[in-house]
Amino acid sequence: MRQVSLDALAASVPDGALVALPPDNSTPPHALVHALIRSGKRGLRLFGVPVSGYATDLLIGAGCVAELQSSSVTLGEAGGAPRFLAALAAGRIVMTDATCPAIHTMLQAAEKGVPFMPLRGIIGSDILAHRPDWRVIDNPFAQGPDPIVLLPALSPDIALFHGVMADPDGNVYVGRRRELATMAHAARQSLVTVERFIETNLLEDERLAPGTIAATYIEAVAIAEHGAWPSALLDEYPADPAHLSDYAQLARTEDGFRAYLDRHVFHSRAKAAE
Amino acid sequence: MIRREEIMAAALARLILDPTAPPARHIAVGAASPIPAAACWLVRVLGHDVRLSLLHKHHGNPFTEGTRELFDLAGQGRIDLFFLGGGQIDGSANINLIGTGDWPGTAARFPGSFGSAFMYLMTPRTILFREEHSPRVLVPRVDIISAPGVSPPGVFRRGTAQGLVTSRAVFRFGTSPPPLAGGGRGEGAAQGRDTPANPTVGGRFTLESVHPGETAEAIRAATGFDYDAPQVVPTTPPPTQDQLAALRGPVREQMLETYPEFCRRVWAATEHAA
Repeated sequence: MRQVSLDALAASVPDGALVALPPDNSTPPHALVHALIRSGKRGLRLFGVPVSGYATDLLIGAGCVAELQSSSVTLGEAGGAPRFLAALAAGRIVMTDATCPAIHTMLQAAEKGVPFMPLRGIIGSDILAHRPDWRVIDNPFAQGPDPIVLLPALSPDIALFHGVMADPDGNVYVGRRRELATMAHAARQSLVTVERFIETNLLEDERLAPGTIAATYIEAVAIAEHGAWPSALLDEYPADPAHLSDYAQLARTEDGFRAYLDRHVFHSRAKAAE
Repeated sequence: MIRREEIMAAALARLILDPTAPPARHIAVGAASPIPAAACWLVRVLGHDVRLSLLHKHHGNPFTEGTRELFDLAGQGRIDLFFLGGGQIDGSANINLIGTGDWPGTAARFPGSFGSAFMYLMTPRTILFREEHSPRVLVPRVDIISAPGVSPPGVFRRGTAQGLVTSRAVFRFGTSPPPLAGGGRGEGAAQGRDTPANPTVGGRFTLESVHPGETAEAIRAATGFDYDAPQVVPTTPPPTQDQLAALRGPVREQMLETYPEFCRRVWAATEHAA
């Protein structure tokens, strides 16, 4: 694990990478996403684990994204994701629809190092008809015909998420959001922001160890205080629904979105340089 | 004055407690579902022993393995009842959460399917809920199927829609008798989790009741799909005094944290009157 600056962490994401992101309610790395936009990434292929929100809408609006796979894209109570909807309508991004448990299962297959895993359900959904990479076979253990979907293992190039704290060895505490652990295990590397570093080893504390992702999976960590804002971070701080609602309003137009970026994304670079 | 939301919550509670349906011991409610959540709390507050897993509730979240745990529980048959909505719902109880027009929603894009393509088939009972009751939402045939209401024989499926509740009426969804002896209503969830029953063949809606102030003719005109109806269509019973007291007291109390805006809108007057 390397400890780096937020901008250095963003810079280490190559253009065109397959990038896994957690949803808005699960320790999203929003400060890092702002940094990605400032660094002018292009052609990212985003993978929503298992759904997408503010971070994805922002990256799409800023022109960083070529493709998106997710089970839904929405700002939740704040409504639809306006830049996603605009980009999809204009044909600027390629959307691949999935369903939540399929996303988890593809990552679990990657985590285990097996080429595929089966999942029940999905048969009869048009999602399946538009997923040539998903197959249906007959359950080989059944007595009679029993069609079941096979999903390929999926290893994101990079997983991005925000944790509460990291220790000197690079272990990161994310609490009970264990889908982040699956995401980190499946990804080739994880780039992580945290609120703070602590002096003691997280894995030496029986109460914290189960909510910790081991440094084995983590490439680099940067400090980003309030790094999940405007989303909540576990019991550290609440969400800022008024801000998300303002964003939803502004992002309805290209001009409004640009004004938002100037105010909240590019502005913070000026602040950091002060 | 009884609010429309309260009539809907009571109608949902009645479906949840239907003695002829498979037992509802563990109910899960997805995000952004205040009225289904209110119905579940109503059932609980009035003394029925049900386990509630409310997604996105900060306190009382029962999952320690991340959001994937909900789907793992459902895959095993350990979630008895789930709620689904749809941008479009058709007469075969197919739901569309993806969009209208051609794939992937070229006319109007909805958020996406979330876990519906899995949950609908894995859960013994699904209650469909959509406030808007119009030909735009209740269509003869959905443009895109996120999750099918019925499946061909041989496809593993534990159940389908029990009914559909809107802001104007209640429908029941009826199906042909289950093909497997012993896999009948009320037993499916308790029996072997690997029994590939499919109790959904030949599904069709029947109008069960219209909410106070509505007529059968108006519902027919506002419903895009064909359905059966009795000669005389009953009125949806309004909530009893006990139910109203529960909704406006302990239910509201439970909902405040997750749905502050909803509580303000529906029950603010009650708060001032109290």
